[in-house]
Amino acid sequence: MYRYDQYDQAMVDARVAEFRDQVARRLAGKMNDDQFKPLRLKNGLYLQLHAYMLRIAIPYGTLNSGQMRTLAHIARRYDKGYGHFTTRQNIQFNWIKLAEAPDILADLARVEMHAIQTSGESIRNISADPYAGAAADEICDPRPWAELLRQATSFHPEFSYLPRKFKIAVIAAEVDRAALRWHDCALRIVTNAAGEQGFEVYAGGGMGRTPMIAFKIRDFLPAGQIFSYLQAILRVWNLHARRDNIHKQRMKILVHTLGEDAFRTEVEAAFTHILTLGSDFPAAEYDRIAAHFTPPPFDADAPDDMDLSDPDFARWVARQVVAHKMPGYAIVNISLKPVGGIPGDVSADQMDAIADIAQKYSFDDLRSAYTQNLVLPHVRKADLFAVWQALKAINLVDTNRDQITDIIACPGLDYCSLANARSIPLAQKIAQRFADPAVGDDIGDLNIKISGCINACGHHHAGHIGILGVDRKGIENYQLLLGGSGAEDISAAKITGPGFDEDGVVDALERAVNAYRAQRTPGERFIDTYRRVGMDGFKEAIYG
Amino acid sequence: MILISGNDLASGAVTWWTGTGWSHHFGDAVDVAGDGAAIIAAEEAACRVNGAAVVEADAAGMPRHIKDRIRAAGPSVRIDLGINPAVPAVLAGQ
Repeated sequence: MYRYDQYDQAMVDARVAEFRDQVARRLAGKMNDDQFKPLRLKNGLYLQLHAYMLRIAIPYGTLNSGQMRTLAHIARRYDKGYGHFTTRQNIQFNWIKLAEAPDILADLARVEMHAIQTSGESIRNISADPYAGAAADEICDPRPWAELLRQATSFHPEFSYLPRKFKIAVIAAEVDRAALRWHDCALRIVTNAAGEQGFEVYAGGGMGRTPMIAFKIRDFLPAGQIFSYLQAILRVWNLHARRDNIHKQRMKILVHTLGEDAFRTEVEAAFTHILTLGSDFPAAEYDRIAAHFTPPPFDADAPDDMDLSDPDFARWVARQVVAHKMPGYAIVNISLKPVGGIPGDVSADQMDAIADIAQKYSFDDLRSAYTQNLVLPHVRKADLFAVWQALKAINLVDTNRDQITDIIACPGLDYCSLANARSIPLAQKIAQRFADPAVGDDIGDLNIKISGCINACGHHHAGHIGILGVDRKGIENYQLLLGGSGAEDISAAKITGPGFDEDGVVDALERAVNAYRAQRTPGERFIDTYRRVGMDGFKEAIYG
Repeated sequence: MILISGNDLASGAVTWWTGTGWSHHFGDAVDVAGDGAAIIAAEEAACRVNGAAVVEADAAGMPRHIKDRIRAAGPSVRIDLGINPAVPAVLAGQ
């Protein structure tokens, strides 16, 4: 993984010192909240319902064990013993004291982490395939490009006061494990007919109150020109964005307003000009960064076979373990979705244990996924049983990847000051209703995604079944949506009709699932059946 | 009733206006009637509270809106972390 050099460390340390001074001035009454709020947001510090919340960046979802242990330390020392992995591969802590925030940032800086650009109108944490560097289906590791763009855009003056937040994702496989085209700028590394690697570029995606899927703006961009092209996109947005209306500031609105062709024309014109300025990075800089992502020292003789005689272990392997690019190795998905638990929550003790497992069995490498799960990217197949037992000791061997109980849910009204309704209790009720593993297996792949407000942190637009919490005259109400996807078969979900109360929406969801089971043809997933029969095929079952 | 609630500047913890200061227990909150704006302005200017706002409550002092009841009780999914003793009742508005 990328390791800080002296300049990286100096920048992060300086930011900690600066924020310590800002906090001291705020606590001393020398700044009011209007003055302080933009400063704390630039350091990932929000004020939520019960306390300050600190969102910490996990660049492209990559962590080492020392970093995970530091997160455990923060959970234990400064919070209430747990952290919450988010839908953008970050982690957030819900019970932070303002006076202690600078100390937390200092602890993070010691392990090359920070909370910069996890909030505010900036380029947020760049997300990537959580299987990067391990996936059997990738054409290269996308993380060096994500890191290069992270370095190129951090603290960049042109991107420091953007019209609104801006999200980038990078992958290098056909299978999309990063919700790629739901981002403002989506990059898929591809190989052209000449055998050269470059980017398929998409622009204008985003969820929120106006869900839009990014359109392809470039079929192929030479890899070495990516920073110029990204600059061009941002420059056009900066020039035209509706800074007068917060609901119209995201780039997707501009793309929609101008139209795809006009937006592309403007970007290409800006790109042509920026290319002449020579602001792209020399190949040596890419090589410097890529050297941090060389594959770990795999054992070429690692055995490929496994003893699957334990049925529980075999079931876990079948559901949670996927193919690795190296024979004898596997990718392990750690479910953070125990039935009745809180999606994405991990205790400090679990974090420490996961760090130990990653250090011992996965070349000190851990990943967070946007699905609010964790990944051990490089595990010898011969070690899988030991890993399973170690995870079992910390109650993290749920076998539900991509199934009905693997639910994405935002913190919702239990924590979030923006939320209109609770998300987590719904996720718990749904998981409990479908807790029987045999039922989960029968239903098959089914992504449920729940947001507690229109901002869509729970990705409800991208759920095979989505749920959106709304405030109906002070009462929590839930809209049901069907037909979304965050994968390579991307689509935006549609609202079924009138909303439900908390219990009612769980019942309605069950009726939708039963309608699927009644109508499916062999091999069809829920989303396939929905696409074949349409909303009408479900509506009568849902509303009777 | 009209209550005032905000967050403690240093800790971020939920606080309620008691008439003379701030308490973490919503049961200590008092009816401020039409004085909310003036109290909020004074307390925020003195940096004693953050994000203060008026909260509508019923005659018994129970916040009417679920968001305010969750602020009073703590997260409904981690009632072990709440600071008020009757969390389920508060969440139910009873």
